[in-house]
Amino acid sequence: MATPAIEIEHLSKEYPYGFLNLKKKKSLEDLSMRVESGEVFGFLGPNGAGKSTTIKLLMRLIFPNGGTARILGKSIDDVSMHREIGYLPEQPYFYDYLTAAEVLDYFARFHGLTAADRKARVQKMLKKVGLDTAKRIQLRKYSKGMLQRVGLAQAILHEPQVVILDEPMSGLDPLGRREVRDIILELKKDGRTVLFSTHILSDAEMLCDQVGVLVGGKLRGVGTPGEMVGIKTQGMEILFEVAEGKKLPLLAKATRTGERYRVQFPEEEVYSALDQLKAADARILSVAQIKPTLEEFFMNLVEADRAQANAVEVSGK
Amino acid sequence: MKNVWTVAANTFREAVRDRVLYNLVFFALLMMGAAILVGQISIGIEDSVIVSLGLTAISVIGLFIAVFIGVGLVSKEMDKRTLYALLAKPVERWEFLLGKFFGLVMTLTVNTAAMAVGLYLALWTVKHTLERSDAWVLVAVYLILLKLVLIVALALLFSCFTTPFLAILFTAGIYVAGVFAGALRTMQAVDISARPMTLLKGISYLLPNFENFNVMGAVAHGRGVPGALVGQATLYAVCYGAVVLAGAAAIFSRRNLK
Repeated sequence: MATPAIEIEHLSKEYPYGFLNLKKKKSLEDLSMRVESGEVFGFLGPNGAGKSTTIKLLMRLIFPNGGTARILGKSIDDVSMHREIGYLPEQPYFYDYLTAAEVLDYFARFHGLTAADRKARVQKMLKKVGLDTAKRIQLRKYSKGMLQRVGLAQAILHEPQVVILDEPMSGLDPLGRREVRDIILELKKDGRTVLFSTHILSDAEMLCDQVGVLVGGKLRGVGTPGEMVGIKTQGMEILFEVAEGKKLPLLAKATRTGERYRVQFPEEEVYSALDQLKAADARILSVAQIKPTLEEFFMNLVEADRAQANAVEVSGK
Repeated sequence: MKNVWTVAANTFREAVRDRVLYNLVFFALLMMGAAILVGQISIGIEDSVIVSLGLTAISVIGLFIAVFIGVGLVSKEMDKRTLYALLAKPVERWEFLLGKFFGLVMTLTVNTAAMAVGLYLALWTVKHTLERSDAWVLVAVYLILLKLVLIVALALLFSCFTTPFLAILFTAGIYVAGVFAGALRTMQAVDISARPMTLLKGISYLLPNFENFNVMGAVAHGRGVPGALVGQATLYAVCYGAVVLAGAAAIFSRRNLK
């Protein structure tokens, strides 16, 4: 069996708080999961779910209270494995007295690249993340989105096997998000493993082979986006246009948006509905399956977690 | 050691770009003013006054840089989270810490050397010549630099486990206590019983003895500094600094970042 790219076993983390730090808050509870090599894995969860905590534990920025983790078969305590890892921190910030080219060159030095190699890779990365024209400007003049791009560039500069991105789409405009999505897909195409955290579910649905949902520090499920939401179709939706004044019984059930109507049916009734529309000379624009979205699945989990937390609070446990 | 050098060079670059070396302008103005004023108000002791004033200014300016920038070396990186991306590279935490330390030591060395040049210029302006005995000023400057290196190590140690404000207080406190460490060791108190006195003396040996680096009085009066004293002070600074840095590295290696 191939070595997984990332393997986490019973990882847990508590944060002390309160007077003299005597109280402890569990940020992550007994997390076990694996990310296979070459996979794009999405870490989903609301704010405070433990996504960034998990990533920081993997990067040894914080230390666990229990459990272990391995990346590419090596313990996360082994600093040498960082040669094969790229990491984008959440809301990254870099030395603001440096230019983008200088900061990338600085980080490249830790990977033992030659001066010529560094120069070539820095150029390539700046172009890739769309900062080629701003490379000589000090980072103190960069916007949040531009810093995010620098962060992405330094994460993939040394062509790592595993790329860990903490909220990579944060602070980006739609164009920037599209570019990041393209970069993630390109990394996948090159056979690299990508783990990224997000709460933008459409990104996860679009990019991920597997997703893991973290809520309240606990892993609530791992699977493909399809598996997570269930593949059973909940019905069909027809989008159509019909001439003004036409009498159609199904119009009573339809929702109108401008000139268009949208109506939903159980799967077995779709043909009779289409016959009605044909008879009324309606113009059918689309017929689509209605599936639960990852967002609905996610919201159900979060609400269930909140309800459970409230119940515990009420019962005083 | 390559990683240490990379971090050190960047720390030096940061100091230069953040205009830390602008303090040299202040020093230059101070020395120019002193050279003009001393020539008018003191007769026969101009060089002694200039040397005292210059060495004190080098020490005080260096002290401010060592404490305030020394404390910020690590805490600023943690606050701004610039450290996150760096520690994700194949860099050991102690390498980062040593790099920051040597980066500031480089800055202080350049700064102190430039101020020493300024001091010699002021001395030449007053005396219109430089004598062989003036070379002792360089020894005094070297010992001041050693003192500053120790202070940077202490500032780094405190910033590894406490807030910047407290780290500044602790470093300044240890400095003041360290200046009197020698006096504590030789203190003959009548009113203090034996046990507290032994404890006090024990503490005085733990404190860095900054008197080891003070030859300002002798140099200002044109007296030489024994080579043994310079060697001893160098060894003391290296050993004490190494212990402090080892402590800082041990604490920082297990520190949870925010």
